[in-house]
Amino acid sequence: MPALTVKVKRFDGKKSWWQEYKVDIKSRKISVLDVLVRIKEEQDPTLAVRYSCRMAICGSCGMVINGVPRLACQTLLAEIKDDTITVEPMWNHRVIKDLVVDTEPNFEKLRKVKPYTIRDLKEIYESDREIGQKPEELEKYYNFAYCIECGLCMAACPVVATNPRFLGPMALAAAYRWSADSRDQGWPVRAKIVDTEEGVWSCHLAYTCSAVCPRGVDPGFAIQLVKAALMRRAKKL
Amino acid sequence: MDHISCDVLIIGSGLAGLRAAAAAAESGGRLDICVVTKVSGPRSHSISAEGGMAGVLYPDSGDSPELHAYDTVKGGDFLVDQDAAMVLAEEAPREIAYLEKIGVAWTRTPDGRIAQRLFGGMSRPRTAFAKDKTGLYIMSAIYRHVKKLPVEFYEEHMVTRLVVKNKRFLGAVALDLRRGEARLFKAKAGVVATGGGGRMFKFTTMGYANTGEMLGFALRSGLALKDMEFVQWHPTALVPSGILVSEAARGEGGYLVNKQGERFMKRYAPQKMELAPRDIVSRAIASECEAGRGFIHEESGMCYVGLDLRHIDRERLKERLPLLLEVARTYAGLDPSEDLIPVAPAVHYFMGGIHVDTYGRVLAPDGSWVRGLWAAGEAAAVSVHGANRLGSNSLSECSVWGRLTGEAAAKYAMEAPTPSTDERYIEAAQGEESRIFDKLLHKETGGISVYELKGRLQDAMEQHFGPFRQGSTMKEGIPKLLKIREDFANVRVEDGGRVYNQNLKDALELDGMIDAALAVAYGALARQESRGAHYRLDYPRRDDENWLKHTVAFFNGGQIQLSYIPVRITKWTKFEERKY
Repeated sequence: MPALTVKVKRFDGKKSWWQEYKVDIKSRKISVLDVLVRIKEEQDPTLAVRYSCRMAICGSCGMVINGVPRLACQTLLAEIKDDTITVEPMWNHRVIKDLVVDTEPNFEKLRKVKPYTIRDLKEIYESDREIGQKPEELEKYYNFAYCIECGLCMAACPVVATNPRFLGPMALAAAYRWSADSRDQGWPVRAKIVDTEEGVWSCHLAYTCSAVCPRGVDPGFAIQLVKAALMRRAKKL
Repeated sequence: MDHISCDVLIIGSGLAGLRAAAAAAESGGRLDICVVTKVSGPRSHSISAEGGMAGVLYPDSGDSPELHAYDTVKGGDFLVDQDAAMVLAEEAPREIAYLEKIGVAWTRTPDGRIAQRLFGGMSRPRTAFAKDKTGLYIMSAIYRHVKKLPVEFYEEHMVTRLVVKNKRFLGAVALDLRRGEARLFKAKAGVVATGGGGRMFKFTTMGYANTGEMLGFALRSGLALKDMEFVQWHPTALVPSGILVSEAARGEGGYLVNKQGERFMKRYAPQKMELAPRDIVSRAIASECEAGRGFIHEESGMCYVGLDLRHIDRERLKERLPLLLEVARTYAGLDPSEDLIPVAPAVHYFMGGIHVDTYGRVLAPDGSWVRGLWAAGEAAAVSVHGANRLGSNSLSECSVWGRLTGEAAAKYAMEAPTPSTDERYIEAAQGEESRIFDKLLHKETGGISVYELKGRLQDAMEQHFGPFRQGSTMKEGIPKLLKIREDFANVRVEDGGRVYNQNLKDALELDGMIDAALAVAYGALARQESRGAHYRLDYPRRDDENWLKHTVAFFNGGQIQLSYIPVRITKWTKFEERKY
């Protein structure tokens, strides 16, 4: 197998530069994360990458691979025909070091939409009985609950790129997920938060969020569902 | 150095840590609660849990907490503290209901109740689940729930030292990865919930973060580890990556077959077949491989068997095991409806951990309480799993003991006096700062790479302390580990920077891992019997007369020393041979 060339956009807190690594590979059935870990362990321990589960569920290793925001562990070399890979940190995020970015602003926006069950607290804390949920009620929000908060949708969104106040696809999809849950009674509260300039109305329907989501959450669709509910003046999602 | 004062300091942010934080914050004590964690966001390994969480939700179905507890005791090959098993069985249903109310997307039955499925070693279907991504749905709900509570998070802060003096917990020193500084956390009470150490082995289902260094640091702070020799191999990890293929695949009817297409479990567990406990299935797979009846993976040379789901309805697979379909497709290029899935046993869970009592209170080597300190989840050894954990009991354990320890720590902190700002803190903090930044960070070049040394540790553990152990092999393994311990003094940190220095973090992790690995090794060599996950070719039988006891490992003059304490037997006194 020919050597793979990996170009990594690096940052040390002050300056940024592109660095090239050559890696010998036996098979293309390995992930970009496997390659980066090998570089770290065998060639350059100064390279910083955030990673943990290596099975596309913990949401740590979002980055831009050959121009597309993706999870490194979910991207196999077999899908990349080229022998050169370029890797850069997620767009629209402040870089801490190399491929490690600050995702706090995403979490901050997420918190704004109150991503938790809103209902009488007594029912949560003072009873041991479950609330219950029919399979069809579960189905309504289930796919949107599959968000792993990796931030790739935020990296891909053209509106986030130009308007830092825009709540963005991650938070807006969460607003839908929690409001559409039959156990939740928070839609009236969240509707006020998302029915704003920073909320759903800034979405231009580029759908890049849905295109890059590694879990098929389809945040773009969630935003449109929220818009429709606002137009209908729906009392409940 | 920053000094941060907390009433309750929780170390770790997986399910146990977050549940402890929630319980402490909901205690109504207006406490300063700090969560210090080396990961960022909801990215702890609990998120990778797949199959489900055990708890008897509907006793009218003929199930009962007693039955759950008994299955747990038997599954653990009777090394389980029986009062702990009862706590687990009685409290787990309440935890599943609590998680339901904070928004976990449990899979449902048509009438809206929580669906439950069958798991290995469980005599009734009592495992609640959210498809096969239970951990993700639990973590994404509880992380967001805790974030709205008055809890201060210190993320990507790796604790490098527990400050314990005169059997009293005082706090911890942590390395703030983002800023590259050490910080001192002073606390009245603490909960350690840092998970297991699977990465000390080569082939593991655990993520990269599961290095288990806190277990080693616990030894250094004068704490004890219990039953570390009991390491669980999960029978079905995807070859060659080690990614977990949930036991739910067998719970939903999957077969295990060898190269001859034979369901070989009939030789090892004729009644329960594929749903025998994990230790039995793992050894069965290893035995098939030894006998030459396994497949050989071309690139890695690893031996494996096939997980056969081809007879299961495609729609049911999609409904109940979507992650498995995805993982098989992405990482093995396979379709489980048409192909066998290549699986082999991989290190999955540590039954052992920090020595605690039934309520999660940390105990010193002499059995007295280390005041102000609790431990929960995989990092702790409550002895609820004994010698082998049943699948789906770990999420229950994390949630139950997360809550119990969080509540207890909060109560203690409310009553405890404010800790004095005495010299013991400053001493500990300065010592640690100089160890990290002066000694480790500014190592001269030319030493040994962190990763080379870590590789040697993983090879040694795999080779000498695997699923089939033998006295002579283990005796050869221990000097290797001691040499690794010695060579760590020459480890080189090549990254000289402060901000997000992962190379430094990796070195600090390895440091703790080596000591934790030594506790596994000495415990395994000493235990001359086979019980649960600890199997010795030279002592193939369980020996209740001499070995129905817990191993307690601690440091004495920098060397591991072992002592033993009895198993708490409160209910079941007949220790039958485990036949499934």
